[in-house]
Amino acid sequence: MGKLESPERAQGGDLVRRHRLSTRLWHWINAVTLLVMLMSGLMIFNAHPRLYWGEYGANFDRPWLKIGTLQNTRTGEYSGFLQVGDARVDTTGVLGLWEDGDGRQQRYAFPSWVTIPSRYSLAGARIWHLAFAWVLALGLLAYLLWSLVNGHLRRDIHITRREWSPRHLWQDVKQHARLRFPKGAAALRYNALQKLAYAGVLFGLLPLMIVTGLAMSPGTDAWAPIVTELFGGRQSARSVHFICAFLLVAFFVVHIVMVVLAGPINELRSMITGRYRLPKEKGQ
Amino acid sequence: MSRQLILSRRTLIRTGVVGTGGLLLSGCDKLFENPAFRSALESGEDLHKASQRALGRNALAREFSAGDMSPVFRANGSREGAGEEYRRHLAQGFANWSLKVDGLVERPLAIPLTALRQLPQRKQITRHDCVEGWSAIGQWQGPRLAQVLDLARLKPEAQYIVFHCADFYRGRPYYESIDLVDAFHPQTILAWQMNGRPLEQQHGAPLRLRVEKQLGYKHAKFVTRIEARASLDGLYGGKGGYWEDQGAYAWYAGI
Repeated sequence: MGKLESPERAQGGDLVRRHRLSTRLWHWINAVTLLVMLMSGLMIFNAHPRLYWGEYGANFDRPWLKIGTLQNTRTGEYSGFLQVGDARVDTTGVLGLWEDGDGRQQRYAFPSWVTIPSRYSLAGARIWHLAFAWVLALGLLAYLLWSLVNGHLRRDIHITRREWSPRHLWQDVKQHARLRFPKGAAALRYNALQKLAYAGVLFGLLPLMIVTGLAMSPGTDAWAPIVTELFGGRQSARSVHFICAFLLVAFFVVHIVMVVLAGPINELRSMITGRYRLPKEKGQ
Repeated sequence: MSRQLILSRRTLIRTGVVGTGGLLLSGCDKLFENPAFRSALESGEDLHKASQRALGRNALAREFSAGDMSPVFRANGSREGAGEEYRRHLAQGFANWSLKVDGLVERPLAIPLTALRQLPQRKQITRHDCVEGWSAIGQWQGPRLAQVLDLARLKPEAQYIVFHCADFYRGRPYYESIDLVDAFHPQTILAWQMNGRPLEQQHGAPLRLRVEKQLGYKHAKFVTRIEARASLDGLYGGKGGYWEDQGAYAWYAGI
């Protein structure tokens, strides 16, 4: 392994220090935690696969989203469906009707290959979900505080006024769409879109997940009713919780695609050992 | 040759993805069977109870106005009480029914429903949150549990209040328990009235516990006997409630 270049003098091809230990540690703890939270959350959703707006919502009330199973009255055949508003999509095989590992037909909303536990258990999923919720919340709090102290937020995440300009953002969008990634020392800095994505997750989605989760707790609602009221009621908070979870999934997909396109080995190494080889500049 | 290669690579990737997912899932399931890991996860319940008690021990659950109420309040769990005796009382409109209060009390009681109705009443419109995720808002009325416990005078060693119920769920009797913090909370009532009418059978006639800062399964329906205990050991499975014993649900259900 070559000598580490200091970031000020680094150029394409050099091995540099990229991610701090705190970032790397939190990244991997978070990766596991979010996966467990998502998969156990999908199992919890299976207990009542309907979402509502407002304070209350149960079987007699109108959901805005529903996953279920239908039986065709003529043929007697079953099918799974996802309904959003009045639009209904057939999801047989994936949602609402699917086959488990033993080849048996199941009618739960989300299939066993995306849930924790894999077999239906609301109680088990709650034990996973509510234990890892502490890891998520305390981990995020510690990371944000530490990043404030060590300057990570100010240096790497803070979006400058210049970067906020529509022309600059548009330029970044174009570069991204053409899959033109920065080379040399420029690759050390996040561009505006990256900063927006990371800031959106750090200050938007993750805190929203935690707060909407707390808003669903009857105990928390008693001492901090403002949290539930802020979202327009417990069932609204549950809906926002679900929507934010899928926005995090979307972030994850884009994140993985970008890592693969930018050079998965180098990127992975930088998040494990902290060392990153700067992409070579043209003509270098 | 190249076609074969592509196919095999595709198969490889698919096998890899499905295999990794499968390993991860069965790994999680296996891990959950490990008693040490499981009890570490379950200790989250102690954190929930400690933090919620620290932040809002005396906080009141939110109360709503009549306009906020659910048009139809979903009934869940047992819809019927069990046994000859229950059916006889139901037929008589619970005119000769009484609530037993015993265990670690100075003065065991049998309080007729008519007497419970004559105690000072609390009326509250609250949101009922089921562990499954749905909510319904309804109005409840009845005496505070604290009044009934004060009439029976708890012995100093009493730590838990157990509710024995007249319903059987999947062939087993239903029961629940709370500690004294929740038992003496001002909104913890023994509701005999719901939405302005005597409690219907499907909602637990003649008497249902309301313990507003916890999830629905703690709100025992068809309550026939209240028992004060020093510990939950020896009460059926020892975890303090039907779902706690049958399904590993948390005893503290504030979240």
